[in-house]
Amino acid sequence: MTDKTETSLTHGRPMLELTNIHKAFGGVVAIEDFSLTVRAGEIVALVGDNGAGKSTLIKIISGVYTPTSGSIALDGAPVQFSDASSARASGIEVVYQDLALADHQPVYMNLFLGREKTKPPFGLLDRKAMMQETQALVDELDVRIPSARATIKDLSGGQRQGIAIARATHWAKKLVLLDEPTAALGVAETAKVEKIVEALRARDLAILIISHSLDQVFRLSDRICVLRRGKQISVRETAKTDKNEIVSMITGVH
Amino acid sequence: MSTNTSLKPVARVPLTSRLEPQQFVLYLGFAAIFLFFAVTLADDGFLTTRNLSNIVLQTAPATVMAIGLVFVLSAGEIDLSFGSIVAVSALAAAVVMQEHSLLLGVLAGLGAGVAIGWLNGMLVAYLGLPSFLVTLATMGLFAGLARSMTDLRSIPVVNEAFTGFFGSGSLLGIPSLILWTLGAVIVGHIVYRETRFGAHVVATGDNARAAQVSGIKVPRLRLTVLMLSGLCAGLAGLLYAGRLQAAKYTLGESDLMTVIAAVIVGGTALNGGKGTIVGALVGSLLMGMLNNGLILMGLSVSDQMIVRGLIILVAVAISLRDTTR
Repeated sequence: MTDKTETSLTHGRPMLELTNIHKAFGGVVAIEDFSLTVRAGEIVALVGDNGAGKSTLIKIISGVYTPTSGSIALDGAPVQFSDASSARASGIEVVYQDLALADHQPVYMNLFLGREKTKPPFGLLDRKAMMQETQALVDELDVRIPSARATIKDLSGGQRQGIAIARATHWAKKLVLLDEPTAALGVAETAKVEKIVEALRARDLAILIISHSLDQVFRLSDRICVLRRGKQISVRETAKTDKNEIVSMITGVH
Repeated sequence: MSTNTSLKPVARVPLTSRLEPQQFVLYLGFAAIFLFFAVTLADDGFLTTRNLSNIVLQTAPATVMAIGLVFVLSAGEIDLSFGSIVAVSALAAAVVMQEHSLLLGVLAGLGAGVAIGWLNGMLVAYLGLPSFLVTLATMGLFAGLARSMTDLRSIPVVNEAFTGFFGSGSLLGIPSLILWTLGAVIVGHIVYRETRFGAHVVATGDNARAAQVSGIKVPRLRLTVLMLSGLCAGLAGLLYAGRLQAAKYTLGESDLMTVIAAVIVGGTALNGGKGTIVGALVGSLLMGMLNNGLILMGLSVSDQMIVRGLIILVAVAISLRDTTR
């Protein structure tokens, strides 16, 4: 009943390799025997109903939870994260559903939040350098904002999402996890954010995206991984499947 | 394609972003009140150099306390205990200096402040208790301790080096209390605006979860700002002891409302994420000027309290109007 197809070799080297990941909270199994490889330049979508284990999986990959058993390799090297900081230090960035932006601060300070640039000799903030780098990055990703100095709360939902993605992209060396990147956005803004995500491919990053919108999943992803009640149902190449098949895998109804 | 914003749909980034409307109101209000007193109290000596410098000297401890509070509020916490810390620190310094050197006295005063701030911080950051309740409790606790440690007596400070350094002395003709004020404001402003620590404080008050997931050690930061507030209150205690040449449990007792009002009127958000040290200085001077003017107008103490309360209410209402979220 489970067919785990690992085909697509059209992409770069394996960036994230999850092997037989198992996670239980006390007696409750949240994830059982999950294996997935995401390659550089590839977008893999993780789909499943509420409570299927998507969030748990994201938390395992981002270092918030430690798997009960199984192994994680990043860019070929086995890794074990003690917390979210160590995952971040290894090159994994997460774009959270709530975006984790400081609303009353300027864009550039958010981009460098926790990693501010300083200048000699007194180690004071180098605002100019941070602004310039931010401007260059948003230009490159085509995130249209009035200025790197604009305050987050004055931006639209799509612009904020763009900033959160730009920040993750800027710091991620290996993998970007996107948790429902367009859940709160309108049609036009969703299209804009999807373009930004699409552009991340070219940066040779592995991208794992959680989305409830199957339309979006089919527009963006190279492969689709379906979870149901903690079980990995299938991994399909997006080009070789259709929505009906994915829906029936998500719901378990044929 | 050449770089830069010129190609983008240019949205409005106000040129006045350095001076927000709220700051503008503050300076306008300051000027208005100053003019009002200058005119109505022209014959009562409000405008004399002596009186004006007195205002600045008298507000020195409050300004120093306000600087600590800007950090605490910006981080999304509150400190209600700084008034009690002032008394304990001044008394600790005075008591130690009866037997020991100036240096030990200063260390005792500042040390007491930092230690109480540490206690506040540990309870808030690592036990997860709300800072409002923790510092409300320690405010009472240390006010009581200040009373009991000296049996309500006042302890004279006779060390002339101390009273000169923290009180009546001067350097190049500038009174030491003004130097302390300026020094604290400049250092406070730089730390707040230009260091990673300052940026982390503001970010934490703005969105603690975002700060946390960005790798900022939020509990340690909460501990640090409350210790910093304790340090500022400790220094304020030394300034009081130096100026009055004595320490008493009543020091700092009445500063709670004034300092909080000074900070809020100055443009610091009560719920975190936004603040200004220079604004707090102006707010503190505004409060000092009010005090001074109302006394010169000959109001009784009870009337002063009523008028001051009303003016603070209006000022806070105006300054919060723009920032309500």
